[in-house]
Amino acid sequence: MNVTIRVRRQDPESESAAPFWQDYPLEIEDNATVLDALIKIREDIDGTLSLRCSCRSSICGSCAMRINGQAGLACKTQAAASLKAGDIIEVEPAGNMPVIKDLVVNFDLFWNKIMEVEPYLQPQGPEPEQEYVVSNESMLHLSGVTACIMCGACVSDCTVMEVDPSFLGPAALAKAYRFTADPRDGDDAGVSKERLEQLNGPSGMWDCTRCLECVQACPKGVAPMERIMAMRDQAIAAGLRNTNGARHTEAFAESVEQTGSLDELTLVPKSLGMTNVSGLLSYAPVAIQALTHGKMPPLIHKKIEGVENVRRLFEKVDETER
Amino acid sequence: MRYAFFPGCVSRGGCPELYPAAALICKRLGIDLWEMQGASCTGAGVLQEKNQLLGDTLNARTFAMAEYWDLPIMTICSTCQGVMSQANHRLRNPEYRAKVNGYLAEEGLEYKGNARPKHLLWILIEDYGLDKLAELITRPLHGVRLAPFYGCYLVRPTDALEFADNPERQDSLERLIEILGATVVDFSGKTRCCGFPILTINERNSLAMVGKHTSEAKDLGADAMITPCPLCHLNLDSFQPKAAAQAGREIGLPILHMPQAIGLAMGISPQELGLRRHIVNTRPLMTQLTPAAAH
Ligand code: SF4
Ligand code: SF4
Ligand code: SF4
Ligand code: SF4
Ligand code: FES
Repeated sequence: MNVTIRVRRQDPESESAAPFWQDYPLEIEDNATVLDALIKIREDIDGTLSLRCSCRSSICGSCAMRINGQAGLACKTQAAASLKAGDIIEVEPAGNMPVIKDLVVNFDLFWNKIMEVEPYLQPQGPEPEQEYVVSNESMLHLSGVTACIMCGACVSDCTVMEVDPSFLGPAALAKAYRFTADPRDGDDAGVSKERLEQLNGPSGMWDCTRCLECVQACPKGVAPMERIMAMRDQAIAAGLRNTNGARHTEAFAESVEQTGSLDELTLVPKSLGMTNVSGLLSYAPVAIQALTHGKMPPLIHKKIEGVENVRRLFEKVDETER
Repeated sequence: MRYAFFPGCVSRGGCPELYPAAALICKRLGIDLWEMQGASCTGAGVLQEKNQLLGDTLNARTFAMAEYWDLPIMTICSTCQGVMSQANHRLRNPEYRAKVNGYLAEEGLEYKGNARPKHLLWILIEDYGLDKLAELITRPLHGVRLAPFYGCYLVRPTDALEFADNPERQDSLERLIEILGATVVDFSGKTRCCGFPILTINERNSLAMVGKHTSEAKDLGADAMITPCPLCHLNLDSFQPKAAAQAGREIGLPILHMPQAIGLAMGISPQELGLRRHIVNTRPLMTQLTPAAAH
């Protein structure tokens, strides 16, 4: 199979430090992965091409990069399935981390965030007298998160980290969830209140936009965003309700429960907190502009037909699940 | 052609210009809409944070209603579509569906698993046909440079959105832009997040995203951006002036709802399509349009 691998190259230490695209036409096996192609380039065509890899079987987490604009493992991506028009495959270094050379990026930011969430068990209750027996069910649940191979694909494509490097990000938050959801961590009941309090702060769990980039990027099905959502629920359940995010979630649910749909008019004041006057005023110019353009949501929010059925579902489904 | 129409809240709330524009073009297209008056909100992924089973049950309720009518569902919001697709993906599992149906039984509803929720954008490409749409274009948007902006939930996760079976979904907006006679402005932000969900949580970050995408498209020469998602529209249009102030530059990029762009190409007047309701001025864009051919 003939393909062209178009690599985004950069050598920040050289004289011409700017990134540039370089095309490598080559022949590869029909079942080759993108990594196979890159290794072939390095070995047969251009020894100056830098990349990281080790296991070649999606275990070590070394080879995350952007392939046709989306982060993933080069060793898990079939070349034949990645061909763009003209049989081209575009390969770039992972995003949100500084390039060291070509496809190799600096992982300091990634590891610092992981360290920030203190990735080890912190039991707070009395020490158990014998070994702590964890239920099969909770270990199975956790195995979905411990499947993480620290490849950084999720961090590469995280929408929020792109504009705010202080955000803890998908990998670290998923790692934190691995402990907040572990029955051995936190108090007797397995509630990791102190952790949750920290994660509840700025740059923590509420800063995620739910953009799904990390879910799409993760080669191991960790689905970091879903862990972040579950963690938000843990925080609310642990009584941490005093954030705009928590208020927003509660107000949203209340609106759907009461009317069957979303009442946008009260959602903003409710998420900012009715007493947050300066916060509310900061929205006033946008609201007035919206009003003069006839863009305001209706003042009287109509209920959907048969809303009592929706309310009943709220009661019932809540009851059995809690 | 008939669909069970799920307009979503935002097309009548924060973006009240979307609902009439969508209804208008569907009428021109000969697409018959039965509005789902009794359907609840999809939960928008927010309710799902608290209780996914509840979110899935509400969506199964909507699906069961459409199934009862024996009609496919039409959405006009990337978020509605994405949340429904994700729910439907989970509800493929018969055991899970049975559990959910347990809750629906009291209302006399049962979801059998056959609902097909589809965004209007997908309907035009997969059911209606772009060739047929082309026949109705009387004022092609020649010379207009449009940047596509999908909204996260219409592009991810690709398994729930069934991209493998429907590869044309990947670049559906670009295909549409071309049929309308306009020129596609490709830019790195087209499948990224508009930042809307964190507007009240971390406004700085949210506005930084708006600023980033709109400036990038503007700097690449876009005359306007087109989006199939009213939530993206809310952030990209209503909050663009604030985002521009934060970024310390001018942007001024009009944001069109997808049905508005289609309507313009069909020769419908900007007033009827609610273009006056936008925050970013759309008039300079209107002067670029050639007069509509008589039809
Ligand atoms: S997963 Fe372990 S054994 Fe495999 S390459 Fe990585 S470090 Fe080596
Ligand atoms: S869902 Fe949240 S954590 Fe994941 S990529 Fe998006 S913003 Fe980042
Ligand atoms: S969560 Fe997934 S994508 Fe992120 S570092 Fe772990 S394995 Fe890689
Ligand atoms: S997802 Fe958004 S637009 Fe759709 S119904 Fe819910 S709140 Fe309304
Ligand atoms: S080379 Fe180890 S994950 Fe790709």
